[in-house]
Amino acid sequence: MSTTEEKEQTAGEQGGEHGPEEATHEPVKPGAWRFLIPIVAFGAGFVSLLVLGWVIFPHLLYGEKQQPVDFSHVVHQEAVDEGCESCHFFREDGSFSGIPKLENCVQCHEEPMGESSEEAKFIAEYVEPGKEIPWHVYARQPQCAFFSHAAHVKMAELECAKCHGPVGDSDHARPYQYNRLTKYSRDIWGWNIAGFKKKTADRMKMDDCAECHEESKGHKDACFVCHK
Amino acid sequence: MKEVHHKGHGNEHHKGHGRTYKYGMVIDLDKCTGCGACMVACMAENNLPFRKDNTNDRLTQNFWMRVYKISNGRPFPDSEICYIPRPCQHCEGYDHHHHTPCVSVCPATATDYSHETGIVSQIYTRCFGCRYCMAACPYHVRVFNWWDPKWPKGMNKYLNPDVSVRMRGVVEKCSFCYHRLQRARNKAYVEGRREVHEDEYQTACTQACPAGAVTFGDLINPKHKVYKLKDSPYAFRLLEKLGTNPKVYYVSTKDWVRKAGKVFLGNEGRG
Ligand code: HEC
Ligand code: HEC
Ligand code: HEC
Ligand code: HEC
Ligand code: HEC
Repeated sequence: MSTTEEKEQTAGEQGGEHGPEEATHEPVKPGAWRFLIPIVAFGAGFVSLLVLGWVIFPHLLYGEKQQPVDFSHVVHQEAVDEGCESCHFFREDGSFSGIPKLENCVQCHEEPMGESSEEAKFIAEYVEPGKEIPWHVYARQPQCAFFSHAAHVKMAELECAKCHGPVGDSDHARPYQYNRLTKYSRDIWGWNIAGFKKKTADRMKMDDCAECHEESKGHKDACFVCHK
Repeated sequence: MKEVHHKGHGNEHHKGHGRTYKYGMVIDLDKCTGCGACMVACMAENNLPFRKDNTNDRLTQNFWMRVYKISNGRPFPDSEICYIPRPCQHCEGYDHHHHTPCVSVCPATATDYSHETGIVSQIYTRCFGCRYCMAACPYHVRVFNWWDPKWPKGMNKYLNPDVSVRMRGVVEKCSFCYHRLQRARNKAYVEGRREVHEDEYQTACTQACPAGAVTFGDLINPKHKVYKLKDSPYAFRLLEKLGTNPKVYYVSTKDWVRKAGKVFLGNEGRG
């Protein structure tokens, strides 16, 4: 009890420097708001570090590039006869065609089909000089990994969107993001900076492949299944 | 021991839908002329770099398939030689686990034994080059990359995209051209089947051998040629007594060759 009294007295004395009114009516107040300083400082630090970690850090870590041509899946889905397979098909030897070559585009785009400036640019830059379009592949795995579309699309009958997300329904080619250190696509390393994923297409690291394999096959694979 | 093993074990390792295979090789030493075509084919197929001086220098030259020459050591009219092509032996070991010498010593799990295909892998990106596996391998099949690979200008365009290129500081070895199985499976899947036919998966060395000395296939599939060949009375395996249970069989009608290949000292441990 005696110590509290002493404290109140000191607070009163300190308050006295500012003005007699304060000191007499509310002797405890100035000490209380000082007590807030570390909390505010902590809060400010916490928030700025959160911003650093969640907003700035991803920009430092991941570079961004635009696709060379803003390709619209929606526009083309209507233009082609056989759906996705007009452009993404299996060859007779079992390999997957991937992103179509210029030769495929030229079947329709020898001459401009419409009036869009994107198409004019595409024709001037690639069709006329006969230059392949250097697409950035969002799903590209490192060289040591082996992937088989035949196994997943023909045998396991998985939807493209399961692993790729809704690319097939996109009206614009989204920017390609890559890890500046490893040069891996952000689709491999995952979109959530904290490493959470909600669905398969959010991330496609080795453990994500292995997770689904273990679920569907009931055992772990040997390394050579997915490596070469 | 051999028969019991190969005929005894079926699908016990798989509760999934997969069947098991035991890919292996039978090499007829009576047919081998030592021409080295298998070595060349292997290097081209598997992106092995070459250097100016390609003589047998362990430091500068890596081979996955290597042809050894042995002789019976007798003077002229009786002297005989034999060439022994030696790919990775893809040892299985006898208790199904941990007895592939290189796999059991690897501290990084950079190499494993597939119970589905019987192939011993090497994952170059996981390997950090401690070379325990090289010390453990009784067959010297593993080689170390002392340098980054280099190809003469323009030759990098000829690299096989199905096989990853290795950097300096890692160990590599024959994979039984595993990428050819991956490719063959893709074709099978697109045609709606799971089984890969014998002729769809053959290693580069098998196809390159002008003498037809190398036969490759599934050792437990009675329809494959190797199934019968491996049971020849003249068949043997290298250092058989060590208990590594290799999947490469050799056939020679010459007694001294079989003895040299098995190298019995008489005091080896049980297999
Ligand atoms: C006219 C040809 C064409 C058709 C038809 C087409 N695509 Fe594409 N697709 C492309 C081109 C060109 C790209 C590369 C540009 C891009 O990523 O948007 C691409 C990219 C993709 C990618 C991204 C691959 C990656 O990781 O970079 C996916 C997934 C895809 N398409 C799925 C589909 C699906 C699903 C359909 C059917 C609904 C479809 N596509 C129909 C031409 C086509
Ligand atoms: C089956 C014919 C066909 C093929 C094949 C085809 N396109 Fe098109 N493309 C069209 C049509 C139709 C349009 C719409 C033209 C319009 O009305 O503006 C179009 C529009 C475009 C546009 C304008 C963008 C927009 O949003 O309207 C671009 C760019 C383009 N295509 C690129 C490509 C590329 C790259 C390929 C090869 C991967 C390709 N196209 C293959 C028929 C095709
Ligand atoms: C099990 C997951 C999965 C499914 C299902 C899947 N993909 Fe992919 N896709 C991948 C992966 C992984 C890659 C990267 C392969 C690589 O880099 O070797 C890829 C690559 C691609 C590419 C770029 C290939 C290139 O080399 O140009 C295209 C285009 C593509 N996929 C389209 C499709 C389409 C269309 C479908 C549906 C018919 C589909 N994918 C289904 C996982 C999947
Ligand atoms: C959504 C589930 C799923 C995901 C994600 C997935 N896979 Fe698969 N994968 C399967 C299934 C199911 C099979 C078996 C198909 C069959 O043979 O019936 C398979 C088979 C394979 C095969 C063929 C195996 C063989 O024996 O021929 C390879 C190679 C493969 N996956 C690699 C990958 C890689 C690499 C990734 C990650 C980039 C991946 N998978 C992601 C479900 C998946
Ligand atoms: C289900 C398919 C699958 C299996 C089985 C698998 N891997 Fe992978 N692995 C991948 C994919 C896809 C990548 C590339 C993406 C990544 O880095 O996560 C990868 C990457 C790696 C990397 C990193 C390489 C790099 O450049 O980033 C190492 C090391 C590796 N794997 C080792 C192994 C070993 C050792 C085994 C056997 C024990 C194994 N993997 C089995 C799919 C697989």
